[in-house]
Amino acid sequence: MEKSNNIQSRRSFLKVSSITGGGMMIGFSWLANLIPNEAIAAAVASKDWIALTGFIKIFPDNRITILSPNPEFGQNVMTSLPMMIAEELEVDWTKINVEQGDYDTPRFKRQFTGGSQAMRTTWKPLRTAGATARLMLLQAAANEWNVPVAELTASNGFVKHKASNKTLSYGALATAASKLPTPEKISLKKNGEFSLIGTPQKNVEGSKLVTGKSLFTMDYKHEGMLIAMAIRPTAFGMKLKSFDATDALKMPGIKDVFEIQVYKDGYVKAGFDTRTFNNLVVVVGNTTWEVMNARKKVNIQWEAFQPYKELAGTGNNKREDTIPAGLESSDEHMKQMYEKQKVQGKILRKDGDPEAAFAKAKKVIEKTYSAPFLPHNTMEPISCFAHITEEKAFFVAPIQIPEMMKQSITTNLDIPAEKIEMKLARMGGGFGRRAYGHYIVEAGLISKKMKAPIKLIYTREDDMTNGVYRPSYMVTYKAAIDEKNNVTAIHIKGGGIPENAIHENRFPAGAFENYLAEGWDIPSNITIGAFRAPRSNFIASAEQSFLDELAEAIGKDPIDFRIELLKKAKANPIGKNNEYDADRYIGVLELVKEKSNWGSPKNKNAKRGVAAYFCHNSYAAHVLELTMKDGQPVVGNIVSALDCGVVVNPEGAKNMVEGAIVDGIGNVLFGGLRFEKGVPMQKNFNQYRMIRMKEAPKKIDIHFVQNNVDPTGLGEPPFPPIFAAFANALYKATGKRHYHQPFIKDLNKS
Amino acid sequence: MIQLNINNKVYEVDASSDMPLLWAIRDLVGLTGTKFGCGMAQCGACTVHVDGTPVRSCSFPVAAAAGKKITTIEGMTEKIGEAVKKAWIELQVPQCGYCQSGQIMSATALLKSKPHPTDADIDAAMQGNLCRCGTYQRIRSAIHRAAEMI
Repeated sequence: MEKSNNIQSRRSFLKVSSITGGGMMIGFSWLANLIPNEAIAAAVASKDWIALTGFIKIFPDNRITILSPNPEFGQNVMTSLPMMIAEELEVDWTKINVEQGDYDTPRFKRQFTGGSQAMRTTWKPLRTAGATARLMLLQAAANEWNVPVAELTASNGFVKHKASNKTLSYGALATAASKLPTPEKISLKKNGEFSLIGTPQKNVEGSKLVTGKSLFTMDYKHEGMLIAMAIRPTAFGMKLKSFDATDALKMPGIKDVFEIQVYKDGYVKAGFDTRTFNNLVVVVGNTTWEVMNARKKVNIQWEAFQPYKELAGTGNNKREDTIPAGLESSDEHMKQMYEKQKVQGKILRKDGDPEAAFAKAKKVIEKTYSAPFLPHNTMEPISCFAHITEEKAFFVAPIQIPEMMKQSITTNLDIPAEKIEMKLARMGGGFGRRAYGHYIVEAGLISKKMKAPIKLIYTREDDMTNGVYRPSYMVTYKAAIDEKNNVTAIHIKGGGIPENAIHENRFPAGAFENYLAEGWDIPSNITIGAFRAPRSNFIASAEQSFLDELAEAIGKDPIDFRIELLKKAKANPIGKNNEYDADRYIGVLELVKEKSNWGSPKNKNAKRGVAAYFCHNSYAAHVLELTMKDGQPVVGNIVSALDCGVVVNPEGAKNMVEGAIVDGIGNVLFGGLRFEKGVPMQKNFNQYRMIRMKEAPKKIDIHFVQNNVDPTGLGEPPFPPIFAAFANALYKATGKRHYHQPFIKDLNKS
Repeated sequence: MIQLNINNKVYEVDASSDMPLLWAIRDLVGLTGTKFGCGMAQCGACTVHVDGTPVRSCSFPVAAAAGKKITTIEGMTEKIGEAVKKAWIELQVPQCGYCQSGQIMSATALLKSKPHPTDADIDAAMQGNLCRCGTYQRIRSAIHRAAEMI
């Protein structure tokens, strides 16, 4: 991570160079003040400023290549980020070649996929890259023809002088342009003036994806490459004691069996160095099947570990974590969480006098919600290629956060930063899991030991049982209602293993004079991490289910009730730190109300539920309809309204919203990893139920609020509210409210 | 040595007879369009056609495929396969794309046996193919679109 000491500077500085054989290459740096996103707040807390870079190559024959700096895991940034550059560059998009940039954070400045941040953080920098190149090409043409720049126009990769009817291609101008000084003053198109941004564009890798081209780490091949797999403890709370590889070494194709230690003793972990199993037994051989078979022959003894401490954090922000010992079970977790709900938690926010309001209440509604651990279950299991030699450390890695891997690779592999070369393979799904790059260190250690190119592969069982899970949560919502049916106080109390999910400054905070939020947490040795819309993905499910129940209890329509509260919060906001914009929140509710014909549904047989949420700077509302068939819910049509500001590529955006909806329905209905004595009880898809074709919605109708707000995020925001839209529809269809995820447990009981 | 006919080309592979066809195709032949997802015929990412029938190659012994006609995503070049791929692009089905080889193989097999499948036919035929990104609706639409094109 390159950081600038000169944080006052807002001047962009370009790096322009010639390409051998003619043409130009433009890189640029841009300093932009960015608001840290809550999802990576911990990771970026030390940098108020992030520098970013874009990258354009123009060849003499007018071929133009745009590099996409961010890793791609299905969110379609490899299309949408280059679109922003192309918009200002004024080129024919259909002729642009897009390449995935390699790991080169000093050049690209920002290489991070997560927190729904790609559009928001690159919106100005990438367009500036395009605009700068265009200005330099225009100047080069002006010099060539000896006419003022103002008389020239740039479009579709050509500069034209109308008066003299002259035209030159960018390719012809590029070499001259590359020798010009960088323009100081760059103005960008205003939102609403775009010709490419806002138009639906197809995925630049679409044809490769449907023909089986090798794009993924799993597919990577290299001369002399060996296959490696690791054996990890069978339970959280256990560690390696000893092993005997005699039989495994006799198996065909096996090269070696040895132990690796992932993180060095005393290594201070940064934000995404997860608490993975640290001592692993590795089996290396010629082919995957041979390694799989030999792995079963290794005789390993595990032992329970004692509580231990480890240092984590960066800069002045270091902390000591204590990792508890013990073999944890899901049933025990539930008991512990219910116990915590009985005692005072840490006060997160308090407005007015909630105690008095509850004492005076005519009626109190109190409901408790819970959710289990979730594995990410990316379709491509974890894998990494490494080839460590004296000259360089070469990796092909599926990693969401390349910019943050330097410390871990250099320290744990003893490799100087300048020797690291990393290809950012397309990821077969991420959802947060691939923010935790311990597998890059694992692969590097194995290659170092073998002195050979190796590909580390996790089986599905390895992937599911050695995860970095979404934590397990519980929360209780309580409302005080007076004799006039007004809600006079809200109390939210909850926590989780090992963190709570409460966003105390989000709606409905700000709408109630008396408000109390308190939280607690329970330490655990089960590894947890970011999972699409961390924390929001649980708290929204509870909050939006509770608001539905509350609206019903006081005889109000659930959409009108939310709008009424938001209007109240806007006119007279309670408290100071409310995070949301009430108008934009109301905007998505009104849009979904209109588009779903909320008052007069078309399908009279289906029951409907609504939910909305704000997170990652964007707003989402869904209306979901379902019917019951043979005791099971069948999801019909879904209408969604989103406000994420300007939508760069509506085609990719809609696909991602659809994905978030399906993901949410799958998780609320089926998702959940159970533990017994530290052992994950589901290990593969025969035991872990995922949403399948039959359960997918029949139709998803997506509407974006049309505005000129700079883009915010979209990968996560549509995900949290779909859980409650489903829950609220399920209640309407069955007459029974569901509080404990996954709902399939209760549905199968009744 | 086991002889495999993959996409109309004959390969000699040095594999133990119990090696799943998937690993023979990926590790020994070197065709990586067929994906590994679960290793137990639960996710469909490894779907190939053996004598025209879709099978989960991760759970299909390589010896059982000897002498049969194996088709992988790389060999999906006949009329129905081309229509399916075209529909997949037209309707922009993939997100991460990892499962899509398997989805396309299952969809092509369905269209071969049922040129005009209903939603229920699609649900049944595609139930064994997981998509973690949630592209199911687009897959359903793309199968209908491919049926129109054929």
